[in-house]
Amino acid sequence: MSTPGEMGTEAWPLWEVFVRANRGLSHVHVGSLHAPDADMAVRNARDLYTRRNEGVSIWVVPADAITTSDPDAKGAFFESPAGKNYRHAVYYTKSEGVKHL
Amino acid sequence: MSVDQVALAEELAGSSAGAGHVASADVAEYALRLGDDALVLAQQLGMWISYAPELEEDIALGNIGLDLLGHARTLLHYAGTATGRSEDDLAYFRDEPEFRNAWLFEQPNGDFAHTIARQLFASTYLYELYGALSSSTDPTLAAIAVKSDKEVDYHRDHAIQWTLRLAGGTEESRRRMILAVVDTWPYVEELFADDALVERLAAEGVAPLPSSLRPAFDAVIARVFAEAELEIPTGRTAFTASGGGREGRHTEHLGPMLAEMQVLARAHPGASW
Repeated sequence: MSTPGEMGTEAWPLWEVFVRANRGLSHVHVGSLHAPDADMAVRNARDLYTRRNEGVSIWVVPADAITTSDPDAKGAFFESPAGKNYRHAVYYTKSEGVKHL
Repeated sequence: MSVDQVALAEELAGSSAGAGHVASADVAEYALRLGDDALVLAQQLGMWISYAPELEEDIALGNIGLDLLGHARTLLHYAGTATGRSEDDLAYFRDEPEFRNAWLFEQPNGDFAHTIARQLFASTYLYELYGALSSSTDPTLAAIAVKSDKEVDYHRDHAIQWTLRLAGGTEESRRRMILAVVDTWPYVEELFADDALVERLAAEGVAPLPSSLRPAFDAVIARVFAEAELEIPTGRTAFTASGGGREGRHTEHLGPMLAEMQVLARAHPGASW
């Protein structure tokens, strides 16, 4: 990571922010921000995303540390479940007398 | 109920503890000092909006300014109960000699390092002050202090983080941080000066003596400076500003700032939007 200010036009690295709204819930991606380092990223996230009691916990992750699925390969990548209804348990009939299913 | 009343109810931390409580003349003068410190610093930080080095920092400084504005509103509201004046009367319709803020708070923003140096000294002082004031025998001041101390704790952390990064960053950022400390340090002394008013209030347990807060302030600054490899100015670069803000004597910076802050309210008295 380079030092901010080394070049006039240089931007701070990008961080992805995850906030957990309440105990028991999982962290949810809320957005991204720029910060010079991880400590400042957590603080900036607090200012940007939790000023109105939105969260009890924050994670920040360097954006370039995230490996994403290829958006162009969307068809092949997510195709398989479609048209394979047998993967879903919708064809089973419920036995009589079973409650709360 | 108007929007302003909703906002007020939320911000007036002291109102529940001191509903209908009228400040004595001494307490009102003390609340005015604290309220003016917060108001002037809030206005200064507001000037950064859209000018900060990065969008994220713009928001951080704006948020800190808004916290301080909240403190100013509760403190000025309480100060006004002694004389039947509203927070707006006190903020917008007093002239420079009637302001009671210490000189540190009215020093100009300068570059980012100067703002951070001012934030470091101001928030470290305010953190110790509100911590001590939380056990005030005056329930309204105590309630305001409890709420404010948590917020000022974050302001202090923000300033410390930036002090470390500027001092330990590039040659240029370090040069600017050192200069900012040299320029800002002279205004620290006034924060911890005792006078007859605070001595009377301290005797009643209403307020801490400013001088009693100094050791804790010095300990925090020493720890931060040690890590940042900064030094408290000595020798040729060291001097102490005469101060006098508590008596209404101010540096040349306060007047223009107040003019900008007050012009709209004075041009359209009683206006609301």
